[in-house]
Amino acid sequence: MSYYINELLFGIYPYIAVLVMILGCIFRYDQNPYSWKADSSQLLRSKGMRWGSNLFHIGIILLFFGHLVGLLTPEAVYHLVMSAAVKQKLAMIAGGVFGAMCFIGLTMLLWRRISDPRIRATSKFADILILVILYLQLILGLATIPASAQHPDGSSMIALANWAQHIVTFRGGAAEFVMEEAFIFKAHIFLGLTIFLIFPFTRLVHMFSAPVKYILRPGYQIVRKRG
Amino acid sequence: MKVRAQIGMVLNLDKCIGCHTCSVTCKNVWTSRAGVEYAWFNNVETKPGVGYPRNWEDQMQWNGGWTRKSSGKIQPKMGGKFRLLSRIFANPDLPEIDDYYEPFTFDYAHLQTSGEAKDMPTARAHSAITGERMEKPEWGPNWEEILGGEFEKRSQDYNFKDIEKEMYGEFENTFMMYLPRLCEHCLNPACVASCPSGAIYKREEDGIVLIDQDKCRGWRMCVSGCPYKKIYFNWQSGKSEKCTFCFPRIENGEPTVCSETCVGRIRYLGVMLYDADRIEEAASVADEKDLYEAQTDIFLNPSDPEVIAAAKRDGVPDSWLAAAKKSPVYKMAMEWKVAFPLHPEYRTLPMVWYIPPLSPIQSRWEDGQLETDGVIPDVSKLRIPVKYLANLLTAGKEQPVTHALERMLAMRAYMRSKHVEGAPDRSILDHVGLDKPMVEDMYQIMAIANYEDRYVIPTNHKEYAGKTPFDNDIAFASRSECGFSFGDGCSGGEVKKSLFGTPTHKNTLNGQIRRQK
Repeated sequence: MSYYINELLFGIYPYIAVLVMILGCIFRYDQNPYSWKADSSQLLRSKGMRWGSNLFHIGIILLFFGHLVGLLTPEAVYHLVMSAAVKQKLAMIAGGVFGAMCFIGLTMLLWRRISDPRIRATSKFADILILVILYLQLILGLATIPASAQHPDGSSMIALANWAQHIVTFRGGAAEFVMEEAFIFKAHIFLGLTIFLIFPFTRLVHMFSAPVKYILRPGYQIVRKRG
Repeated sequence: MKVRAQIGMVLNLDKCIGCHTCSVTCKNVWTSRAGVEYAWFNNVETKPGVGYPRNWEDQMQWNGGWTRKSSGKIQPKMGGKFRLLSRIFANPDLPEIDDYYEPFTFDYAHLQTSGEAKDMPTARAHSAITGERMEKPEWGPNWEEILGGEFEKRSQDYNFKDIEKEMYGEFENTFMMYLPRLCEHCLNPACVASCPSGAIYKREEDGIVLIDQDKCRGWRMCVSGCPYKKIYFNWQSGKSEKCTFCFPRIENGEPTVCSETCVGRIRYLGVMLYDADRIEEAASVADEKDLYEAQTDIFLNPSDPEVIAAAKRDGVPDSWLAAAKKSPVYKMAMEWKVAFPLHPEYRTLPMVWYIPPLSPIQSRWEDGQLETDGVIPDVSKLRIPVKYLANLLTAGKEQPVTHALERMLAMRAYMRSKHVEGAPDRSILDHVGLDKPMVEDMYQIMAIANYEDRYVIPTNHKEYAGKTPFDNDIAFASRSECGFSFGDGCSGGEVKKSLFGTPTHKNTLNGQIRRQK
């Protein structure tokens, strides 16, 4: 991969993707709040939801936070607790378990969306697209586990973490960290960034509305004053 | 004491003829859109029957409403906040659309477009969701119309609790009644409590419970939280919708569409004053059978000077206090004690109340063995078992229902003695604790039921929203606003094509079937 393409995909594209996500979400929330929703299809078919949706959601939430913590924790910090090699092993095991959960759930959900006539009829293009992309991304992610096993010292993991930390702290030269990494890692990163890019145009926006505030609501009732 | 006012409703089931005019006019106004074809904000069920959605009354199945914990506190029956959130990915208590019915329309166009053929062309049923032909619709919003279907299925009715029901399957003993249902606009709404987004709210000024369509995220917990199953998930917009109590009409002092169009004149609308500080207390009483009385205890007497002073202090407008004194709902629920809440055992403190129906006296009467206590017939001989009505209206407590039925029978007997025999029989009234002015008023409002007696609705005072009464800025700012909207400016509730999603369905309620692409 030429230096230029590498710089474009892993040095510039991340900022484009995240910028589109942020601006797109702000625009959608402000201009089209009626479209901001989880878009559940459980009413039309609940079969397969209990296992499928729960496994998928729990798996993907754990994967997301695993990535967040794993990629963004500075080396100096986790070295207080464990070595890079141990951390990589932990990441591979946790990622493998949560990935498997998510894979089972997502397989069920994707099958349901495509094969059930009711769900198919009420699916928007973006609903199927996002499931397919998540599915591919998950498969790519699971496929990185054997690739990681080839570097048990954690060198690949450190390179990827350096890339992520340079991106989020706006330091130059981030793309150079991943220049020499295996194709599978690059593909996983690229597709991941693409998910950020299409985020505001899909139902994924519902994750910003995760109702944690419900826990904090004093009492149960809401009464609105005249106004 | 914190005084709040609410527009309550009473339905006099004694006069309901089951014509479904309320349901149809409501549907035409509110749910004639893609995604809510299956939703009837108002529907009429024939009882006994399992209803719409199937078996909605049985909270062992649906976990709607509230439950009282051993600590004496109440919480949604679905569970506390953490438990409820843990079910957000897949809600185990959510009905499937087949529990309501798969919406369908008929291929009417085929009647005109079919070529010459040996047989008459027919209009076949097609699903509004998939567009596929449905060989046979299996269920609908009124599938048990006038005792349709086998007794075995109908008798799954939750209200047969503690009743030996077998005999009511026999032709000689069978009974039926109609039950029009809409959102109860509860004082202690379980839907509000279970909405994780905080999109559902009760309006302080008139008690109407609404869903903020801009804030709803479609977590669908309200659908299962509501024990009356009167919140419907719009599968096209992905948001929940419910009866709005026709608030744009109520604000103008007009009755709801279902009330306005009721040909039997069974519906009444009027102001109820209540003590908002005591809602939780009333909803938490230990014995379910006390819930009806507990709710009546928090209603306030609009003629009591103390209540009037407190109401003024809490910002209830004078016109509302005046209307409260003439409220037919207050008279029926509190003065005459003939109206009851629907399933008070759900602990939601519902605000749409029902007058139980009288029914023909059993066959003994035909044999000339009518058992009376000398004045009015024994209500236990009515065709509809009192226990059944009590299970529906007072959590199984028969005495209040018996009392109401006796008063209604007494009103009839007294007016008959007055008009037919020309000699009003006061002894009838003494028997049920009524006096002459009261029974004349009951007769005027319940039997004659003039429009202005049925609907005593003060207009909404938008100007009270400001810092001072009659705040001109508020009134000026809200001029020519849309009276009703689904958000996104003045959206009428259709999903529009945009960057953020395109509707998958067109409206099929115009009789066009959905064609596969």
